[in-house]
Amino acid sequence: MRVTFPHMGNLYISLQGMLQYLGVEVIPPPPSSKRTLTLGSQYGPEFACLPLKLNLGNFIEAGEAGADTIVMAGGCGPCRFGYYAQVEQAILRDLGCAMEMIVLEPPERHITELLVKIKRLAGGRSWWQVIQAIRFGFAKARETDWIEKESFRLRPREIVPGSTDRAYREALALIDGARRWDELEQTREKAADLIAGVMTEMSRSVIKIGIVGEIYTLLEPFSNHDIERQLGYLGVEVDRSIFLSEWINDHLFLGLVKGLRSHKEACDAAHPYLRHTVGGHGQETVGSVVNYARAGFDGAIQLFPFTCMPEIVAESILPDVTASYGIPVLTLIMDEHTGEAGMLTRLEAFVDLLAWRKEKEGPVPA
Amino acid sequence: MAITVGIPRALLYYYYYPMWRVFFEELGAKVVLSPPSTKGVLSMGLRHAVDDICLPVKMAFGHVLDLSGRVDCIFLPRLVSVEKREYICPKFLGLPDMVRRLSGLPPLIDVDISLYKNKKGLYEALQKVGALFNANTLAVWRAYRRSLGALKSYFRLLELGLMPSEAMAVMENRVKEAPYVSGDALKVALIGHPYNIYDSYVSMDVINKLRRMGAAVLTAENVSEKTVNRHVSGLPKKLFWTLGRRMIGAAGHYMERQDISGLVYVAAFGCGPDSMTGALIEREARTRHIPFLSLNIDEHTGEAGVVTRLEAFLDMIRWRRCG
Repeated sequence: MRVTFPHMGNLYISLQGMLQYLGVEVIPPPPSSKRTLTLGSQYGPEFACLPLKLNLGNFIEAGEAGADTIVMAGGCGPCRFGYYAQVEQAILRDLGCAMEMIVLEPPERHITELLVKIKRLAGGRSWWQVIQAIRFGFAKARETDWIEKESFRLRPREIVPGSTDRAYREALALIDGARRWDELEQTREKAADLIAGVMTEMSRSVIKIGIVGEIYTLLEPFSNHDIERQLGYLGVEVDRSIFLSEWINDHLFLGLVKGLRSHKEACDAAHPYLRHTVGGHGQETVGSVVNYARAGFDGAIQLFPFTCMPEIVAESILPDVTASYGIPVLTLIMDEHTGEAGMLTRLEAFVDLLAWRKEKEGPVPA
Repeated sequence: MAITVGIPRALLYYYYYPMWRVFFEELGAKVVLSPPSTKGVLSMGLRHAVDDICLPVKMAFGHVLDLSGRVDCIFLPRLVSVEKREYICPKFLGLPDMVRRLSGLPPLIDVDISLYKNKKGLYEALQKVGALFNANTLAVWRAYRRSLGALKSYFRLLELGLMPSEAMAVMENRVKEAPYVSGDALKVALIGHPYNIYDSYVSMDVINKLRRMGAAVLTAENVSEKTVNRHVSGLPKKLFWTLGRRMIGAAGHYMERQDISGLVYVAAFGCGPDSMTGALIEREARTRHIPFLSLNIDEHTGEAGVVTRLEAFLDMIRWRRCG
């Protein structure tokens, strides 16, 4: 059994970490590229959203590399992601590259439902090892999230251009390479050293933007043309409404790990505007913009794939949040035709606008 | 004077209007229905809805705006779920919130209707509506029972092969002419969300166009729930959209029937469920070699293009039948 999975940002680090801990042979797909997208849009349904097309491209490319089993997440609606795995499997079968698909449906009541499915994947391993493997993967997710957050803070303030990106890449590679707990502990320290080694000018004034929206386009840099890095170069410190470890804790562990930001805070903040969950992260998007406005952010950017239903609902409602809190929101919609230059122009204009606004209003009292 | 309740002629009006009408009339209210969709109604919706939303929701915006100023309140429930462990679509979940932002609207009756957990959800929601009309529990219960009866007879009429407008005419005793009899004409299955195919403006009257071209039209609503469920049981995973499940089940049923010559699928541009269910149905039709026409509609669709494609499709089927 050679296992593969779809890419979603740095998900591969923790998922691969968990599977390798269980002794499963892993073949991650090559990083998402133009070719991945071309394959996906060629064989995927025309009106399916961008993540499905990229998933499909990942699977085809992983199949070429020798993978024969896919680990895929599921869902129970109303977002169409819940039916991705079944449609993708049918397409792969038609293409003649049938692979076995193990769909991890999110647990409805208790984390044990997830444990049972992962144990099936692990074959003869004991329950203790399965639990340890999940913990190991989760520890890696928390570590990569920490590195990402640090890079958001450093990039607009770095003295040597590109030094953050270098430290970021090296730190992630270290975390990815750790196989055992003691190794992870060591690489964690080394990664922290790398991050601390980036020279910054902390007094530089920066614009703060919160990025909200649909999880895949938020987490996968290929799908959003590296928006976080582009904004960093424009002198913007970003924050993101969803991080992988928080999502895992909310949806797979059902909030078992305490002390992490939870989507419940965002949903509560959304309540006056959007009073019911609309699937996906629609309600979280509205609530996160409210929270960013309250935290004094200069603006927010909403990202979602073309035709994403929950985010369209959020998009319709966000003007109300802007009206009550005065926070500008830019909506960017991603599909297979989105050009990078066009997006960059819009980002530059948006950041200029925020900078001008900030200058006019003077420093905000802390 | 009786309170007037506005009901937009949009979205699940095509499923539940007979029920809502009886329910509100039992409570002593007067029901006002928005007029059939027109270009004017749509352009009102277009002005107030975001660009990215689908045509039927833009149309619903237009119908709500059309009612404002003419009624005391508008009935716009949040239809979370109408079947156990199923949803309609994320846009239905957010509809009251999207509409509430529009200015100049009368109060909305936006109770949550969710049968996701169990069937009691409907009755509980209707009790909340009844409380707004100062009706006591017993009166609401009676109205609920009667409205449920109306809904049952409406669905029975649909299963007999009537289209929603014909079935509603029968229920309201305003049938002037004998219902359309198909005889041994060419039979075509028309699959699509009810608010797309039955709104004659949105679908450019595709039902009557097909009929005038000499084809009898059968839709997903003409198939019984039991048949639908028999056909969707073969899916690799239970489909969590009620309307999508019905469309796939009905398409499967029609594809098995020898007397059905072809399948026309109507999807709204940018519709999420359609992108998945449409793909599944098209795949099935292709493997079974059944003529399949996919029509994608949005606010820009031209009528002439649709006519040409329907004509070509029927020509192809007839030519095929001649062998």
